[in-house]
Amino acid sequence: MPNLLQLQHIRKTFPGVVALDEVSFTIAAGEIHTLLGENGAGKSTLMNVLTGFYAPDQGNILLDDQPVRFASPRESLSQGIGMVYQHFMLVPAHSVLENILVALQNVPLLFPRRQLREKIAQTIADFGLELDLDSPVWKLSIGAQQWIELIKLLMRDCRLLILDEPTAVLTPQEAAKLFKVLAKLKQQGKSIIFISHKMREVMEISDRVTILKKGRSVTTLESGEFDQNRLAALMIGNDRIPEWQKSLPFSDELVLEIENLAVRNDRGLADLDNFSLQLKKGEILGIAGIAGNGQKALAEALTGLARVDSGKVLAAGADITRSCARSSYIAGIAHIPEDRKAIGIAPDLSLDENLILKSFRSARFRNGFFQSRRAIRQNAQEKIEQFAIKAGPSGSPVRLLSGGNIQKVIIARELSERPQVLVALYPTRGLDIGSAEYVHKVIAEGAGDGMSTILISEDLDELYKISDRIAVIFRGQLVGYVDPATASREQIGLMMSGEVPA
Amino acid sequence: MILRIEKREQGSALFRSLTTTASLLCALLFAGFLLFFAGVDPAAAYLEILKESLGSSYGLSETLVKATPLIITGLAVSIAFRMQIWNIGAEGQIYMGACGATGVALFSGLDSPLMLPAMFAAAFIAGGLWAAVAGLLRALWQVNEVIVTLLMNYIAILLTNYLIFGPWKNPDGYNFPLTAQFSDAARLTEYFNTRLHSGFFLALFCALAVYLLMERTIWGFQVKAIGSNPAAARYAGMKTGLAIFLVLALSGAIAGVAGFSEVAGLQHRLQHGISPGYGYTAIIIAWLARRSALGVVIVSLLMGILLVGGDSLQLSWQLPVAFAYAFQGLILFFLLASDFFINFRLRRVKETDDA
Repeated sequence: MPNLLQLQHIRKTFPGVVALDEVSFTIAAGEIHTLLGENGAGKSTLMNVLTGFYAPDQGNILLDDQPVRFASPRESLSQGIGMVYQHFMLVPAHSVLENILVALQNVPLLFPRRQLREKIAQTIADFGLELDLDSPVWKLSIGAQQWIELIKLLMRDCRLLILDEPTAVLTPQEAAKLFKVLAKLKQQGKSIIFISHKMREVMEISDRVTILKKGRSVTTLESGEFDQNRLAALMIGNDRIPEWQKSLPFSDELVLEIENLAVRNDRGLADLDNFSLQLKKGEILGIAGIAGNGQKALAEALTGLARVDSGKVLAAGADITRSCARSSYIAGIAHIPEDRKAIGIAPDLSLDENLILKSFRSARFRNGFFQSRRAIRQNAQEKIEQFAIKAGPSGSPVRLLSGGNIQKVIIARELSERPQVLVALYPTRGLDIGSAEYVHKVIAEGAGDGMSTILISEDLDELYKISDRIAVIFRGQLVGYVDPATASREQIGLMMSGEVPA
Repeated sequence: MILRIEKREQGSALFRSLTTTASLLCALLFAGFLLFFAGVDPAAAYLEILKESLGSSYGLSETLVKATPLIITGLAVSIAFRMQIWNIGAEGQIYMGACGATGVALFSGLDSPLMLPAMFAAAFIAGGLWAAVAGLLRALWQVNEVIVTLLMNYIAILLTNYLIFGPWKNPDGYNFPLTAQFSDAARLTEYFNTRLHSGFFLALFCALAVYLLMERTIWGFQVKAIGSNPAAARYAGMKTGLAIFLVLALSGAIAGVAGFSEVAGLQHRLQHGISPGYGYTAIIIAWLARRSALGVVIVSLLMGILLVGGDSLQLSWQLPVAFAYAFQGLILFFLLASDFFINFRLRRVKETDDA
């Protein structure tokens, strides 16, 4: 098959960081080519180079064997390269049709609306999608919004479609439907770059896989040459992965009960609605659900950051519904937040200071009104050693640490007061495999010591691996509990889209 | 060949201080052009500035006198900066502090040992309450503190005018808009037969107190944490609204102390224009000092040199007072530009030949 696109020896540096170095691979016409790599391996940077957001420092991009340089995403789009981003570029208040029309090029001033409408409807029908062209976008599910992004690119006759972790926001069923569409696009001769780190999907749809590691393209493998273990091994390389064991069976003692909890968001819509949950001592309770179904509100309600409208939260039988963040912490709930840079750390303060962000009032760290510098430093040294944090020079701002190390700082701080309950919201998102396994290890060891964890994640593989039970959340309500040892992915997938198991 | 802007890694302390020095030199160079076109030899003018401000005991004492209100207000503005709160109202808070101190001095009838502490307390409270209005509005309803503090300057200055033109006017003052002179009990000690007064040592004490408060106490820790990331601070259980209110009130209170120092140490009465814009210069100072209390002291002394030297230029060469302000502006301009070079660098990129 002829090569549609060739990337040769691409190098891109940012100050102090070589983001890409010697990255080469080719995309044939009509193939699904997966880019596989840990977070920080350079996948996003590479795609930004390809779509014209960044100019490469060195290297060539050949399209149809002709060298090209894209100065902007508009230029790459005009050459038929389109990308579906993780965050959709849609106008929520406008209709599906309007959102697609906005993306069209070379439309005459008095555009033939009916004709275009028919053309768009035809494309939608061709792929067997169900989209109401007149429905406003905000009413649609995330999966349907993704279709719109895809159709926008198809209407512009894109030859190369880039999908950046498209399944992160989809149920397993929606993902399966997406894969069917991708297969059909392939038949039509379109090329697809598929970015993912979910092995299962990669195995399912890829013609070829290129593995990126630390900014370099390690190798490209043809279908049939790889299996999950091979891919994982190539992705991780020689990095050491912390080992851990799942904890012992948990007891039946309830440490946390949530009864009919309701939480409204800023717009007055219900994030949680009549939500109930029971957490037992020493268990790891996974919360499965598509992103945006109330997970964040749950974590915030438990840690006192969101106001509870009605319902109760009982910790060891005591009502803590109305307590603020500080007293919840004293009640023993630790929290690993979703957005670690946005609310987990004070970026300009040092590592030492961030480690005492919550406990700075404790008698240990002060002499009266003054801070005890020695105690704070000593605490930091202990934590750095205990949690294997790669700390920079003493006193430098914590924002200079890597994402994995910042996560370790947060975990060290949250677990330092020996909490009874840990609420972890997507704790491994954006971490490399080694750091992610480390987080799992800490949670599993905590469970062994009697800590109960509510682990909110969108990665079913993660939930299967570590959870003792999985609770499924949909539109702010608990759909039900399943046992990861026996429940199938399909069953959880159905529950994630709101179907109550029979 | 094209130039590209790149983010720089954290520069070393040496690199930072070199950049700051270089930008000061650039400001001197540009001000030199202004002097040149005004028909003045820049080298002679700069020498004159140094000689007049540092070369004699009188010049030195005047420099310290000018630096005194700048240090105090600079500290006031800088503690609010630590929390990313912009107190543009130090000017008005100086006036309110001066009014508070004057009210006590003229009408309390207190005796010597109690008089000055009472004036100090009145100035502290008056300045604090003035800024607390902005703090309350910001903490409760997210009203922008920049607007509130700025606009309240005009109220404070006009209120002072009302007092000195009206109820507080000296009945024996030939109708001039001045209050009566303070009694000796209400005056700060002067030294060496110059205008240097205890206010300068009060300013140094304030610097030490602010340093300890911000760097060593749990309250300062909270302020810094909230300034760095309010969301994280809230999530860690800090009460951000209360802290914002307290920081603005304290900032205003310190600026009020500058008003006390000016009326009790220098003017010995309340009159029009007790602050020729110290509160605004303090914003520049707090910015240049990069949030450190020691930095505020050093920058204020430099500004003092500039003010005293600028005065002498007016006398020797009939340069307008605007020159001193232009010089201040140039310094701020180049230091802001140097911030850019501390955080970014320009790099030459070779155009590849394949295009």
